[in-house]
Amino acid sequence: MSGVHPGDIEAFAAAVGTDDPVCVRGGGSHWMLGGEPAAGVREVVAPSGIAAFDPAEMTVTVGAGTTLVDLAAVLVEAGQEVALEGPSGATVGGVLAVGRSSLRRGRVGAARDALLQATCVGADGRLFSAGGPTVKNVTGYDLCRLLVGSLGTLALLASVILRTRPVPEESCWLQGQMEPAAVAAGCHRPATLLWDGARTAVRLEGYREDVEGSAESLVAELGLEPIEGPPALPPHRSRWDGTLPEGGILEVGSGVVHGPEPLPVPVPAPGVAALGRRIRDGFDPTGRLNPGRDPYRLVA
Amino acid sequence: MRRRRWSTRDPLVADLEAAVGAGHVQAGDAAVHLYSRDGSAIGGGRAGVVCLPGTAEEVAACIRVARRHGRAFVPRGAGTGLAGGAVPCDDPVVISTTRMTRILDVDIERRLAWVEPGVVNLDLTRHLAGTGLHFAPDPSSQQSCTLGGNVANNSGGPHCLAYGVTSAHVAAVEVALPDGDLVVLGEEEGDPVGYDLRGAFVGGEGTLGIATRIAVRLTADPPEIATLLLDFPTIETAADTVSAVVASGIVPAAMELMDQRVVRAVEPHANAGYSLDAAAVLIVELDGLPAGVAREVEAVTRIAGAHGADSVRVASDEEERERIWKGRKAAFGAIANIKPSYYLHDTVIPRTRLAEVVAEVNAIADRRGLIVMNVFHAGDGNLHPLLVFDEREPGVLEEVFAAGEEIVRLSLSVGGVLSGEHGIGLEKRQFMPLLFQPADLDAQRVLRDAFDQDGVANPHKVLPTGASCGDVQGMTRLPEGTWV
Ligand SMILES: Cc1cc2nc3c(=O)[nH]c(=O)nc-3n(C[C@H](O)[C@H](O)[C@H](O)COP(=O)(O)OP(=O)(O)OC[C@H]3O[C@@H](n4cnc5c(N)ncnc54)[C@H](O)[C@@H]3O)c2cc1C
Repeated sequence: MSGVHPGDIEAFAAAVGTDDPVCVRGGGSHWMLGGEPAAGVREVVAPSGIAAFDPAEMTVTVGAGTTLVDLAAVLVEAGQEVALEGPSGATVGGVLAVGRSSLRRGRVGAARDALLQATCVGADGRLFSAGGPTVKNVTGYDLCRLLVGSLGTLALLASVILRTRPVPEESCWLQGQMEPAAVAAGCHRPATLLWDGARTAVRLEGYREDVEGSAESLVAELGLEPIEGPPALPPHRSRWDGTLPEGGILEVGSGVVHGPEPLPVPVPAPGVAALGRRIRDGFDPTGRLNPGRDPYRLVA
Repeated sequence: MRRRRWSTRDPLVADLEAAVGAGHVQAGDAAVHLYSRDGSAIGGGRAGVVCLPGTAEEVAACIRVARRHGRAFVPRGAGTGLAGGAVPCDDPVVISTTRMTRILDVDIERRLAWVEPGVVNLDLTRHLAGTGLHFAPDPSSQQSCTLGGNVANNSGGPHCLAYGVTSAHVAAVEVALPDGDLVVLGEEEGDPVGYDLRGAFVGGEGTLGIATRIAVRLTADPPEIATLLLDFPTIETAADTVSAVVASGIVPAAMELMDQRVVRAVEPHANAGYSLDAAAVLIVELDGLPAGVAREVEAVTRIAGAHGADSVRVASDEEERERIWKGRKAAFGAIANIKPSYYLHDTVIPRTRLAEVVAEVNAIADRRGLIVMNVFHAGDGNLHPLLVFDEREPGVLEEVFAAGEEIVRLSLSVGGVLSGEHGIGLEKRQFMPLLFQPADLDAQRVLRDAFDQDGVANPHKVLPTGASCGDVQGMTRLPEGTWV
């Protein structure tokens, strides 16, 4: 796969330009989230390709238009991965813009913690960088976290540096008729806990002997049974409001519930909404970046 | 003649007293002096008046009073910050959180605790003892620094290598915004609704408002911990071992390096068991489930041997483990025995470049006739070169600052950044343009202005302003109440 070239990033900035409304099309996998882009808006495509992968440093520099599948294929050769997850076709930039964390967040962490540096195009057409290339950094404000989940309404991601992590040696799924707390108490740092109101499904990850040992004890002591993969998740993802809807499955600890029907999107307190508006207006005074999109309408 | 109690006649003081109670406003010389510095080498700040609110509402009220009187405000925790973040510029109202020390709620099942900002980091850890949970960020200053300060500086600690720095452990934060409004940013669970304002606030160094309540995520105690103490014949072999461990795919809980000068200063006091003959000592902590820990101990031992380690010792019990860590965390205190003053740097470099950069840092100090001591978070490339000196030697301060700037430029030249955990504060704002282009800084300013439309929250910090406030001086003693 060819690497993303600095010239590609500048070409992307030129394509974004300075005046008219634009939206970025990534893989289109999350196209409807947070509102459809306003009609007739010009589409731009972020650069793709891997510019640098440094397995010894555990970082990768990648064009925002690169698909997760293409990225994963390169990383896995060095036994590594990133904490991003998305449907097939999803791009790095798209998944970051949506900001949803992996189902495995109990092990891999939140999506927003994976982004170290972002090179973006601002509403004025200028390129700017947020964050830094190192795995630890508190130099200046943490714009990276603000960009993750912003649906491209503050700036358009061109290229990013992501933290990589070792692929776990072993993983497995188990399920049983019991409360998630009981399962959680019976294993160390599960990657995922899913609760459908009666059963808990758990994903274990880690070194082979540890995963096998934990699985054996969950089976012997709590009566869980191995399953092939996660239970099928209902189609609508919502923010959990404290009660499990009929037919819903809760991602324990992640505030996300998957249900047959969407739940209402929570309304931010007035002060929080006002602050969000000031931030959007500050970054994009004329509203030209991804018009129609609103992170506050993004469900969970 | 008795001095007039001018404070009650000062309308600002009177309004603050009305907001927080007469006993909780200090405007005398002693207070102004005490609150004019933090743990950094920065002098020249001056507090206008100091107030100590007891509740979130009182914090917000103090902000409104300050604004009404046309004053800026500066949030302050324990004052252990090392970049001058809490040093007051422009006679501001200093708002100290030291009375806000309640742990409000601990939810074991959801692994979440709500705390007030003045809670001392170690007090939360102690409070959680026996629950099987802990708060992961463990700055070396944890005996005195506050969680509000940790949030403001996005602080790290040895164990943040595997578990992430403060931002990864803050679910939500209630903030008194610079306009005096109270808002809650973030969610108790999961990704934020809308913009990640919580993520933006963390690391804001008190320029985005004041954290008044914090929801922290709690981490499960690891079932198995192995603490390794490794001796090396040179600092380069130790640094290369660190790079090789990272490259091997192991993510240790912590990986801390100390050079011989540090070891020789620390060991007589701490009795940590460090070898006085080793040129460098490395602490590697591995945790998790037993089989994985055993395999990692073996792998680290093998890697260290291949890089020339003289010895590898695994702590045999909890007592030995604690002694090893006590030595590491006492390192800054121990340097007082070498020279009366010190200047501590904090930069990050790629972990693959450790050996060459540490060698070059030492060469910089040598060339300028200074003593440098290295004790740092090696696993994530976070250097802490400590220049020790005697301020009374003519011209030494100039050499110290020049060496500091060289270290900063060196770190940037290999692809590093200005700060890994201490922040920018006043200390490094002039270096910001070395790392960031004008457009990058403009974007950061947009964020700040959205939170603080009128520039009243901790002015002159983080972004370069051109204004002169606070100059870097030698640090001869830590402020009152600072634990080392
Ligand atoms: C011996 C020693 C060792 C240290 N080791 C480490 C280490 O290992 N890792 C590390 O990261 N740091 C370390 N530090 C630096 C320092 O302890 C941390 O930055 C700490 O988080 C500061 O907390 P504090 O309560 O002292 O904050 P202060 O120094 O009082 O304030 C720091 C900044 O936070 C702001 N602030 C304080 N409270 C609030 C609030 N409630 N809301 C908004 N803003 C606020 C202030 O305005 C200021 O900008 C060390 C310091 C010393 C002296």
